[in-house]
Amino acid sequence: MKLTHESIEINAGLMVALVMLAITIGGLVEIVPLYYIEDTVEKVSGIRPYTPLEQRGRDIYIREGCVTCHSQMIRPFRDEDMRYGHYSLAAESKYDHPFLWGSKRTGPDLARVGGKYSNAWHTQHLNNPRDVVPESIMPAYPWLLKNELGYSDVADRMRALKMVGVPYSETDDEYVANVKQFGEEVANMLDINRAEENLVAQAQSQNYDGNRKRLTEMDALVAYLQVLGTMVDFSQYDEGYFATFR
Amino acid sequence: MAEQLQNKAVQTTGHAWDGDLQEFNNPLPSWWLWAFYASVLFALVYWVLFPAWPIGSDYTKGLATATFKNDQGEEVTMGWNSRAAFIQEMQEGGDALKQKAYLQKVSAASYDEISRDPEMTAFAESLAKVVFADNCAACHGIGGTPPIVGLYPNLRDDDWLWGGTFGQIEHTISQGRIGFMPAFGKVLDTGQVDQLAHYVLGLSGHEVDPAKAKLGEVIFQGEEGGCHYCHTQSGKGLYSQGAANLTDAIWTVADVTGQNDLKDKVKLVSQVIDEGIQREMPGWSKRLSEIEIKLLTVYVHSLSGGE
Ligand code: HEC
Ligand code: HEC
Ligand code: HEC
Repeated sequence: MKLTHESIEINAGLMVALVMLAITIGGLVEIVPLYYIEDTVEKVSGIRPYTPLEQRGRDIYIREGCVTCHSQMIRPFRDEDMRYGHYSLAAESKYDHPFLWGSKRTGPDLARVGGKYSNAWHTQHLNNPRDVVPESIMPAYPWLLKNELGYSDVADRMRALKMVGVPYSETDDEYVANVKQFGEEVANMLDINRAEENLVAQAQSQNYDGNRKRLTEMDALVAYLQVLGTMVDFSQYDEGYFATFR
Repeated sequence: MAEQLQNKAVQTTGHAWDGDLQEFNNPLPSWWLWAFYASVLFALVYWVLFPAWPIGSDYTKGLATATFKNDQGEEVTMGWNSRAAFIQEMQEGGDALKQKAYLQKVSAASYDEISRDPEMTAFAESLAKVVFADNCAACHGIGGTPPIVGLYPNLRDDDWLWGGTFGQIEHTISQGRIGFMPAFGKVLDTGQVDQLAHYVLGLSGHEVDPAKAKLGEVIFQGEEGGCHYCHTQSGKGLYSQGAANLTDAIWTVADVTGQNDLKDKVKLVSQVIDEGIQREMPGWSKRLSEIEIKLLTVYVHSLSGGE
């Protein structure tokens, strides 16, 4: 069969296949070069994968659908910079699977909410936003304080992320490589074999939910919120440096 | 209808379906066609001016440029990209230029100079109001009054935990503060806590049981309670500890004014003594610029008159 205007037009299956081909080429042309162009991901220090507790918090963030109201992507515009802080870097979400940039801002952007408020505030706010922000329309999540945090599967969760390229370590070699890349303290936190004890230890020492006796989902979620956007020390870099990447 | 079209002598595509169904070949409206050509032209110009085509590990940078000053104050010009354009906008954009002169004036001025100059004060407050709403209002409430008493201090009352001079307020904002009072439930029994509560309420003029207050005073001023170390012997509090003034009618942790009965007031104060207090005001020196903290200081100072 010859590919003429007429033969395509009267053959629905062929038409669908060719339309898909055209769209695929369009997509590939836009996406593939990003893998080869050298300066797409900024070279900055400080970015590390999440600790087991933070990662569990991230899972809860996804489960509760926070991303439907909150973006995590500060764009390089004046008003966003003034309100939220430095624009987000590609490197800052390089260990995010899936990324949670979002596209809907019913609430404020959360890319740099880490360190902005106290743990106590986050706990009060998530438990009932109206307690601290009377005009808030954010839903209350009171069960986060009631639910014990399940973490028996945290090692498996880390293994799954490892398969998609997050450098959690399982073997000695991987651990040594992490020590080299992130330093010993962080490398210990990324060790899958110590995931559960690390998780409990972090929750105990920081006491995110204000109750040391219990390890709740609130502990994990607040731990995650408090690390958002805090890994890069922007005072180390000249503003112009980031403009050499895109 | 069909006749009308026939009269216009529109051509058909030549396809015939089911014997006699023909397909008209109407030309595209000319405005549409010209818009199409224009967008092709636009794309060509865009390719020349802006980053566009990938070539291996590099890409065409385009002819357009953006210019800004780096941290050393040297002028940097590079191929246009949204980040460079953003830096340029922050330095040279309309809004930036509008505020630049004022910002320079405010950052060079001392707090006294600012507070004596109504124009500078008005400018500082108008900017600070926005910064406050974005960063502080979640705890201190819009305008500085939180929705409930106890969690976060009211910044509109003229009562300070850490001091209300410009210097003290600036220190509070940039470094943060931890308001800490130990829980006395472990060292004092309920009777003693009750006596203390009566004494404390007596300090602010409540009609309390004098016998209990007398006993409470001994604990407050003695080694057993040690309350005077932080709240001082007069009960007026100590800025260096962030210890509240207990002699005035303004309450920051125990919502005493919200209760009518003395019994409820005693209960609340007892609870505070029993459980202790731990409140955190985050430090902002890493998040906000020096000038933003300065503007906020002027604003917070103005909310209550300051000291
Ligand atoms: C229906 C939309 C909605 C959902 C879903 C939602 N939020 Fe919010 N959120 C808001 C709004 C609106 C605000 C602003 C008012 C306020 O502070 O409560 C907000 C504010 C916040 C803030 C304070 C941000 C700042 O900088 O002041 C945090 C943190 C936050 N949300 C976390 C979460 C988390 C975590 C979840 C999921 C458990 C979540 N939100 C789900 C709407 C939402
Ligand atoms: C996470 C909640 C939180 C946020 C956000 C917050 N504060 Fe506070 N602030 C507190 C708490 C809690 C205290 C009381 C500390 C204490 O108990 O001693 C406080 C105390 C203060 C005081 C001292 C009041 C006094 O009586 O001495 C000032 C001034 C102040 N805050 C200003 C600000 C400003 C300005 C911002 C925004 C940049 C801000 N706060 C953001 C929680 C917060
Ligand atoms: C280590 C210092 C310290 C000691 C000792 C101490 N306090 Fe306090 N107290 C504080 C601080 C700090 C605050 C304010 C906390 C805040 O604002 O976060 C406070 C607040 C209070 C309040 C609440 C005031 C309000 O406005 O709501 C009461 C009541 C009180 N103290 C009573 C006592 C009594 C009674 C004792 C002795 C048994 C005592 N305190 C011992 C530091 C201390």
